Amino acid sequence: MSVNWIKDADEALNKAKSQNKPLLIDFSAAPA
Amino acid sequence: MHIKENAKNFHRFDAVWTPTVVVMDADDKERWRLEGYLPKDDFRTFLEMGLARVAFIKKDWADAERRYTAVIDNQPDSYYAPQAVYYRGVSRYSASHDAAELAKTGKVLTEQYPGNEWQLRSIPWLHEKSKTTTG
Repeated sequence: MSVNWIKDADEALNKAKSQNKPLLIDFSAAPA
Repeated sequence: MHIKENAKNFHRFDAVWTPTVVVMDADDKERWRLEGYLPKDDFRTFLEMGLARVAFIKKDWADAERRYTAVIDNQPDSYYAPQAVYYRGVSRYSASHDAAELAKTGKVLTEQYPGNEWQLRSIPWLHEKSKTTTG
């Protein structure tokens, strides 16, 4: 299953708030 | 978020090590955090614990209990299982205000996870049980 990550933190936070859903934030430094 | 693309957000969310995974609730509040890798099944358990914590903080006791029970049933030997037992008991108690729920939880922790940090935290609940049954 693929995940469509949102790279803009504020956009993700606003979407979570508008949908009343929790949010997962992944911080990585792994090579792309 | 990759450090090369979103360095400012690492500071904003206090991500000082990678990988870091944060579970936020819908009100922008951090509820659960992991620094470092976990194997797939353990990571799934971590996520379930995060969602359980979100429900717990919202005082959605039924959802919290359901999620903690899923962790206990699916990963009884995981690092998180004793914590899930502990907070399932708190969720049940919070929903019912029946101290027997805490006593039952303390008994389960004592039998299944002796010496674990969460078992130690539940020791007063065993005492509470004796007060309940004798008082």
